[in-house]
Amino acid sequence: MSEMYVSGQSGVGRLIQALAERGHRVIGPIVRNEALVYDEIKGVEDLPKGWTDLQEPGRYRLEQRGDEKLFGFVVGPTSWKQYLNPPETVLWSGVISPEGFVTDPAPEPPKYAFFGVRPCEVAALGVLDKVYSTSNGLPSMAGYTAIREQAFIVAVNCVEPGGNCFCVSMDTGPTAEAGYDIAITEIVHNGNMRYLIEAGTPAGAEVLGDMGNLEEPSEAEIEARDFFLTEAAANMGKTLEVDDLPELLKGNARNPRWESIADRCLACANCTMVCPTCFCNTVDDNLSLDGTHATRTRKWDSCFTLGFSYMHGLPMREGVGARYRQWITHKLATWVDQFDEMGCVGCGRCITWCPVGIDITHEAGAIRRADLRDTPIGIGGFA
Amino acid sequence: MVTLTEPAVIDQMTPIPFKVRSVREELSHTFTLELEPPNGDFDFQPGQFTMVYAFGIGEVPISISSSSTREATLLQTIRRTGAVTHALGTLKSGDYVGIRGPYGTPWPMQESKGRDLLIVGGGIGLAPLRPAIYHALENRDDYERVVVLYGTRTPDDILFETELRRWGDRTDITTLITVDAADRGWYGAVGVVTRLIGRVGFDPSNTTALVCGPEIMMTVTAERLMEGYSMEPSNIYVTMERNMKCGIGVCGHCQFGAKFICTDGAVFSYSEVGHLFDIKGV
Repeated sequence: MSEMYVSGQSGVGRLIQALAERGHRVIGPIVRNEALVYDEIKGVEDLPKGWTDLQEPGRYRLEQRGDEKLFGFVVGPTSWKQYLNPPETVLWSGVISPEGFVTDPAPEPPKYAFFGVRPCEVAALGVLDKVYSTSNGLPSMAGYTAIREQAFIVAVNCVEPGGNCFCVSMDTGPTAEAGYDIAITEIVHNGNMRYLIEAGTPAGAEVLGDMGNLEEPSEAEIEARDFFLTEAAANMGKTLEVDDLPELLKGNARNPRWESIADRCLACANCTMVCPTCFCNTVDDNLSLDGTHATRTRKWDSCFTLGFSYMHGLPMREGVGARYRQWITHKLATWVDQFDEMGCVGCGRCITWCPVGIDITHEAGAIRRADLRDTPIGIGGFA
Repeated sequence: MVTLTEPAVIDQMTPIPFKVRSVREELSHTFTLELEPPNGDFDFQPGQFTMVYAFGIGEVPISISSSSTREATLLQTIRRTGAVTHALGTLKSGDYVGIRGPYGTPWPMQESKGRDLLIVGGGIGLAPLRPAIYHALENRDDYERVVVLYGTRTPDDILFETELRRWGDRTDITTLITVDAADRGWYGAVGVVTRLIGRVGFDPSNTTALVCGPEIMMTVTAERLMEGYSMEPSNIYVTMERNMKCGIGVCGHCQFGAKFICTDGAVFSYSEVGHLFDIKGV
């Protein structure tokens, strides 16, 4: 562990300032439309002081905590992927020419600092890096690498897990172990708001070094930090039994449970939009009215839509059950075959933002209880 | 802050303009574009595909149907099915298309040296097989028997018919054609393509099968070769098709079990994907 510092809320503000002075556009949690979302922050006063979020399957409410906490909540409907792979990005545009067409120059990638990245979200960045940076030795997804490499990550460890959190099951939290430049843990100690700050990279150490005026934490403060984080790990809202899960799901492709889920699932794609690792996208080609200028836009797409699997006129995944099976089996099973880890980090967003409250941990458990691998119906599954 | 693997090419999503040298109408809904690579050369292996872009309309994955060694131009055989393929079908000599690629895995031409090649095509599935047939004929001594079995709907739907007839006249390659239905003007075989398998000689213990066609045709062919001839699924290769938007494994559309068809395929051995064929909606 690197050297640890401590400050009050003014130190958090100075860190935001220091990142802005280094040319980063600082993005952090703010309250908007009765939800905690990520957007540009100018100072500590923009952070959602005193707010918390109540989360259950299909339910999300903000409440006043009655204290001064800056980070007394977990994750909202937005995630950092909206900055690394925006919902709509112009991939390229070009104008028709005698030699076919000429590509317009690409814009400069923005330089972000992500402020208040939860440990599960730090893990999600690592998952996206694997998906987007290389695939079978092929080059990266256009735009992602340039934005990602410039992004400065300020993690905030979770001392109060939310109702749908299961990062402990996924081994991604509640403490960020790597993948951040600076990590902060917010504690209340002797009635004071205290922020224990540590660097995870040389870039992080440099920023902290330049800030100055950071104190050394007392033994008691470090003990309190460790106590709160240990407590958090013991208070997860949900649990996902991951043992043997990939083989379980791949071997249950014909389980009737998928149809029972289809009876409830609206195929609205909310789960994939809020998921910090769902990476699917489509492209949309547009032409100016005079037919001389073309634009290709990349947009988020979802395996829950009927059009996603369209191939010369027919959808390959016609039923909603097949689409839910594809999603959960990819997240928790085939993702491991492809990227050596699961595609789920345990943030709970898909549970909260599902309009009918379908719970990924519950459905995986239901398949486990009705495991058909040893029956004729289970033979010849995805495995 | 992280450093990710530096891409060899900055942007794989920007198409490169290729000039259309000629357009050839093959069948009523199928045509072949002959394209000139801008730098005069285009390296690919039999079985690979490109993303073909109609300016401002969109992009589709299309298998390469030309020889990987013989010509400097690139042939892409396309059936008119949607907006993009219809737009591509209106192009004339001197127009431009955008090309990205080549992408995907090749047919196992190197691994199959010293073996019989059993090449089974259905409908437009002959297009991605043609580079493999060219390769086998250009390197004829590398292979034992070379057999081409082709099935299509009617005598009017025989793709590359002149070429198939020419191969049929050769002694170093066996070529048989069958159609699903025909009128009395047809003197050839009628029935599914698997019925041709029993009519040709090959050594099942030393054969690599290359199969391309509709999924049901590939399944039936593979099952026939495994059950009737005890061929190993690892010696039977199929080429898969799904919706594709990127071709480089980042858009998620072609997910098939634990595979991306664009980067892990499109050519797969049957041992890799055969178990997925009978699950609806994979």
